Amino acid sequence: MPPTSTHDLIVVGGGLIGSAIAWGASRAGADVILLDEGDVAFRAARGNFGLIWLQGKGVGKPPYMRWSLQAGHLWREFATLLVEETGIDIGWSQPGGLQFCFSEADIEKCRRIEAETRTDGGDIAITVMDRAGVEALVPAIGPEVIGGAYSTLDSHVSPLYLLRALQQGLQARGGHYWSAAPATAVRRDQGAFAVETPRGRVAGKRIVIAAGLGAAKLAPEVGLAMPVRPERGQIVVTERVKPFFPYVGSGVRQTVEGSFLIGSSHEEAGFSEATDVSTGAALCASAIRAFPQLAEVGVVRSWGSLRVMTPDGMPIYEESERCPGAYSATCHSGVTLCSAHALILGPALAAGTLPEAVSYFRSDRFDVQAH
Amino acid sequence: MFRRIDGGDNGTAGALSFDGQAIPFRAGDTVAAALLAAGVADVRDNPVDGSRRAPYCMMGVCFECLVEIDGRQNQQACLVAAKPGMRIRRQAGARLLPEGAL
Amino acid sequence: MSEPWDAVVIGAGPAGMAAASTLAEGGVRTLLVDEQAELGGQIYRAIERNRADPALARILGPDYLKGGMLVDRLRASPAQLALSTLVWRIDDDLTVWTRTAGTVAAVRASAIIVATGAMERPAPTAGWTLPGVMTIGALQILLKSARLTPSGRLVLAGSGPLFYLFARQCVAAGVKDLTLLDTAPTRQMWSALPLLPSALGGEGWRYLTKGVKLLAALRLARVPVYRDVRDIAIEGDGRAEAVRFTTGRRAHRLPCDTVGLHEGVIPHQQMTRSLDVAHDFDEAQRCFRPRHDASGRLSKPGIFVAGDAGGIIGAEASAQDGAIAALSALHDLGRLTDEARDRRIAEAGRVRRAHLTARPFLDRLYQPRAAVLDPPDAVTVCRCEVVTAGALRDVANKGAPGPNQAKAFLRCGMGPCQGRLCGPTVTAVFARETGLDPAETGYYHIRSPLKPITVGELAGAAGAVEREG
Ligand SMILES: Cc1cc2nc3c(=O)[nH]c(=O)nc-3n(C[C@H](O)[C@H](O)[C@H](O)COP(=O)(O)OP(=O)(O)OC[C@H]3O[C@@H](n4cnc5c(N)ncnc54)[C@H](O)[C@@H]3O)c2cc1C
Ligand SMILES: Cc1cc2nc3c(=O)[nH]c(=O)nc-3n(C[C@H](O)[C@H](O)[C@H](O)COP(=O)(O)OP(=O)(O)OC[C@H]3O[C@@H](n4cnc5c(N)ncnc54)[C@H](O)[C@@H]3O)c2cc1C
Ligand code: FES
Repeated sequence: MPPTSTHDLIVVGGGLIGSAIAWGASRAGADVILLDEGDVAFRAARGNFGLIWLQGKGVGKPPYMRWSLQAGHLWREFATLLVEETGIDIGWSQPGGLQFCFSEADIEKCRRIEAETRTDGGDIAITVMDRAGVEALVPAIGPEVIGGAYSTLDSHVSPLYLLRALQQGLQARGGHYWSAAPATAVRRDQGAFAVETPRGRVAGKRIVIAAGLGAAKLAPEVGLAMPVRPERGQIVVTERVKPFFPYVGSGVRQTVEGSFLIGSSHEEAGFSEATDVSTGAALCASAIRAFPQLAEVGVVRSWGSLRVMTPDGMPIYEESERCPGAYSATCHSGVTLCSAHALILGPALAAGTLPEAVSYFRSDRFDVQAH
Repeated sequence: MFRRIDGGDNGTAGALSFDGQAIPFRAGDTVAAALLAAGVADVRDNPVDGSRRAPYCMMGVCFECLVEIDGRQNQQACLVAAKPGMRIRRQAGARLLPEGAL
Repeated sequence: MSEPWDAVVIGAGPAGMAAASTLAEGGVRTLLVDEQAELGGQIYRAIERNRADPALARILGPDYLKGGMLVDRLRASPAQLALSTLVWRIDDDLTVWTRTAGTVAAVRASAIIVATGAMERPAPTAGWTLPGVMTIGALQILLKSARLTPSGRLVLAGSGPLFYLFARQCVAAGVKDLTLLDTAPTRQMWSALPLLPSALGGEGWRYLTKGVKLLAALRLARVPVYRDVRDIAIEGDGRAEAVRFTTGRRAHRLPCDTVGLHEGVIPHQQMTRSLDVAHDFDEAQRCFRPRHDASGRLSKPGIFVAGDAGGIIGAEASAQDGAIAALSALHDLGRLTDEARDRRIAEAGRVRRAHLTARPFLDRLYQPRAAVLDPPDAVTVCRCEVVTAGALRDVANKGAPGPNQAKAFLRCGMGPCQGRLCGPTVTAVFARETGLDPAETGYYHIRSPLKPITVGELAGAAGAVEREG
């Protein structure tokens, strides 16, 4: 039997949340091991849209809005550090986000978001504009666009290079990344944690469960509740096109490589990652409304990927009462929050604390709602 | 560099144009075959590193033969039958949306 | 509303043509779809145009002309043909999504036969992206469909039956300056020898006799052959100008104008992969093939695979394979009794087996050279996104668990060819680095569209009309 591998912090789950925490904790000096499943797994980190999208995030939920905006402001520093450390260009840029409106109701919704954000004290400037305003930014928009909302804080990134950079950055700092090593059992053993994996047993002083959809099953083993469920999103990708849309769009964006990403749907489909023609068709139809010239562009791929959803759509971060030293971390916008996970949460967990900013996100809020 | 096995000329079924140059072809030629027969060495630049590329598999699997045909970009020249008057253009890098569309 | 077809057959090579004829003759409404403009698939490409041309017939040989019978039978059957029609997706409910000249259609079927054939094994080699380098299959397609042969100095490098067949066809077509670089390690000859006796059974002796004649003809024509060739690198400034290679301890450099590469054929997996059915790794042929039963049935109800798409078996066996799948489907559709099905499948199965006796011998003899499955670091593996073998090894060694994570990290397989030309190599390189076998390593997850359709075509697909059944 292989010897137990012993560390300061075990991070279970090599998606964007686990990888960000692991990199951040190792930057803070912890000896970290990141455990992941194999090549075929539910891994939203590999199937998402790559937006750091803050307009409207957390409206009506001030703690979530504050945490998201904090992450948004941290992105420049985070991206700079990560690229410097790894040499991997993660394709981050912050041209600002543009939401297209096709009806008066759409514009009304943008105005409401802008007003509520202000009421909740969100430090994000959202400008609602008419067609002329949008056209001045993007001359290529289609005739059906009647206005839009623009915010300078929104940015985008290549989520795949981001994941790669986090994992390589972790390893460059001496941290460990084990793929094909799903945690099959987690135990607390004399003040430390022991995790069984097919590659051997791993021990650590502390443990974070950041296993995406795998967390629901694993968390209770250390006294945590992570009631997450899958929500499918389909995305359609085009061939490379010379750049003509330099902003971040919520349903359509152009990547650094020139491809257009069109998406993503919100579907209750259980654990199916399948795609279907009618959803793809609807996504494409709305992309064409924004940019009619996309109709001629070739679709090279489409996919379905599963979001990790909590009952109220807000994150869960907490320390286990029964097993102190065990933490949970999950959210549905792990790209957006990646900067905060790396620069705030990771170092805090390395030190065995939870940052004050996330104290709201305990799982017992679901019990309260249930009564 | 290719030749017809009968030694005859290329153009018995008409001509298409490649970046303005007339390319004669025979009945049954695909666009890719017509271009190769006419001595066209490469048909596009790879969008990633700019290297020159030419038809490689001739059966529709490699996508190295992508050209613009009658205004539509990224068409597989090895799968499209040559027709008189077709306008073929070399592609450099990522595709450009039709002028005027932007 | 239009009624669904009883059967849709995808691919008009020997397997698909035989399947469609059998189905249509059996009284079911059958649609045969192929992306190419002409019937014939890879081996019988342009057969309808060429069969009456004695010059080409002489060059291509009698095996090629056999395609004529399949075409005649198909043309005489009531099967309906949809040529120049791409299949870009199959749904679980047996909807086949097609595109013909910019028009998308949804075709419903009660049975589907996937006969999408083979492709040449990708042969990553230094300089293989240079213009002037093509696959040998591509050069043969130019010969069959456009009567073109390379006019300058031609170097053919690789191994396998098609390698020598094409060399022979070149000689017959009057190609003057031809050099062969045979990459099959000589020791493979010895390890294949024990398989020789059983290869002579059935129709096997015909294949072997044909091979021996081929080699004799090449010798007679004094075509220079280098054997046991390694370390191939093609060089040139903007196009292929020379091939470097070694034999034994000698380094060579041959100036050239055209290079043909070939390392055997493998199933074209794209369509079966997109169906999410299991694929097994065939150790003898060093490639994946979809898991199916003896009549080609996949684990998805109503869908069969036939011919080389189900595992490399060659043209003659492919035609029988197509018939067998069709007979099973006819039985499913209530058009054949158990007894008739069993009898006819047994007949076809006998012929099929007879054509397969030489396979194990040939597979062993022509196993791809090691460098094809494990190219040096500097060699480009993904031609579209320009990803090298070294980059793949780097992510593999940093723990990336397999081809899909490599695709995410490096973009290999994300270009227009959708991984067709790098997938097999990526799996092989990963398997080598991790010490896992290729089956455990897995393959790219392939999803629709199988070839690019436009955003506009997809947007319009929801309302796509069904093709009349
Ligand atoms: C279609 C789509 C679009 C999205 N768009 C955006 C966007 O634009 N912006 C944004 O901010 N967010 C977006 N997201 C969400 C974002 O992708 C996720 O929040 C992010 O991936 C982080 O999730 P995660 O790490 O919790 O889970 P995942 O990324 O799913 O990772 C979970 C990891 O845990 C591993 N795992 C599971 N069980 C175990 C176990 N027992 N042991 C070890 N490892 C295990 C899995 O293999 C996986 O690697 C999108 C998601 C989807 C699906
Ligand atoms: C380039 C090449 C040349 C070859 N030359 C020879 C030779 O000279 N002699 C020999 O003995 N063997 C040759 N072979 C091997 C030979 O192809 C096979 O043994 C035989 O043709 C297999 O027949 P099949 O019916 O399974 O498939 P194929 O003959 O390959 O036919 C498959 C058909 O499916 C179509 N298709 C594929 N995908 C789609 C899609 N998505 N939508 C619509 N249609 C689709 C293709 O266009 C093709 O016509 C060659 C193989 C290749 C790849
Ligand atoms: S030459 Fe390979 S796809 Fe056309």
